[in-house]
Amino acid sequence: MHIPDGYLSPATCGTMYAISLPLWVRAGIVIRKTFTRRTVPTLALLSAFSFLIMMFNVPVPGGTTAHAVGGTLIAILLGPWAALIGESLALVVQAVFFGDGGITAIGANCFNMGFVLPFVGYFVYRAISWRSGLDTRRRWIGAAIGAYIGINVAALMAAVEFGIQPYLFHTATGVPLYCPYGLAQTIPAMLLAHSLIAGPVEAVITGGVVAFLGKYHPEMFKLNPYERSGK
Amino acid sequence: MMRYRKKVWILVAILIGLTPLGLLASGTAWGEWGTDEIKGLLGYIPQGLARLAGINHTPVLPDYSLPGLNGTFAGQAIGYYISAIVGVVVIILLVLGVGRLIVRK
Repeated sequence: MHIPDGYLSPATCGTMYAISLPLWVRAGIVIRKTFTRRTVPTLALLSAFSFLIMMFNVPVPGGTTAHAVGGTLIAILLGPWAALIGESLALVVQAVFFGDGGITAIGANCFNMGFVLPFVGYFVYRAISWRSGLDTRRRWIGAAIGAYIGINVAALMAAVEFGIQPYLFHTATGVPLYCPYGLAQTIPAMLLAHSLIAGPVEAVITGGVVAFLGKYHPEMFKLNPYERSGK
Repeated sequence: MMRYRKKVWILVAILIGLTPLGLLASGTAWGEWGTDEIKGLLGYIPQGLARLAGINHTPVLPDYSLPGLNGTFAGQAIGYYISAIVGVVVIILLVLGVGRLIVRK
């Protein structure tokens, strides 16, 4: 799901940076209000954990690969705004150090994987696990389903960003300038990879970690400011 | 009962040790092809894509590999290990640094 340089037009890249910028500012404000210095190392570790998860490429039928992300897990433990910051920093390091995801596409990739993924995952989790005990089945099932839906909605976002390119940006004779595939190809391709492969992996990791922490380290859940306040 | 943070470090170490498993899947993620692969798929490279993909940016460890060590699986695995360690260290320092700037309490 890491969109490289060249697949999105400069106008799309600029738009996605413009959408992500206020989200980063809002995340900074929320974190300043709700985090303490003791919470920051946990976010650092979870961001590194997410980075490592993304290194485990899994084959997808058709000869491509996909990987889990771990963003919903950060959102469950520290809140969705913290997940946006942690994932965004991991994505910047991936683009700058490893060429994984384009520099011009950092705005888009942070919107998809840093914002949409953890927020969708988190709200589904909260809806399913609402007022349930930390060590209950509803918790880890909610976490697993949330993680699955979150990564698939994020993949859909990436598919739409890819897929609108050939309609909007082409030469006078109709040859695509950027991503050459339209929505009819991008949406099935991205959703196949993420509903069959990356989504189940994401669900197992997120549900598994939440089940483990709920049983052995329930105090971990209190680091999430929304969990503390009961909102 | 081990402290939680010690467990997390052990988990991170195990994950780093297992990362070469991520190399076993052959192929590129959908939509992440390099210009060579695009040419193979389409027969041409879209103009704008070629221009933007060529922006002057050289990653230290391109595609999580050490340039020159890609010939063998062992070489790829070494590059992947080094990338995992570099990535983990840089991300932890970066998040701690940004956290220090933002968080006051």
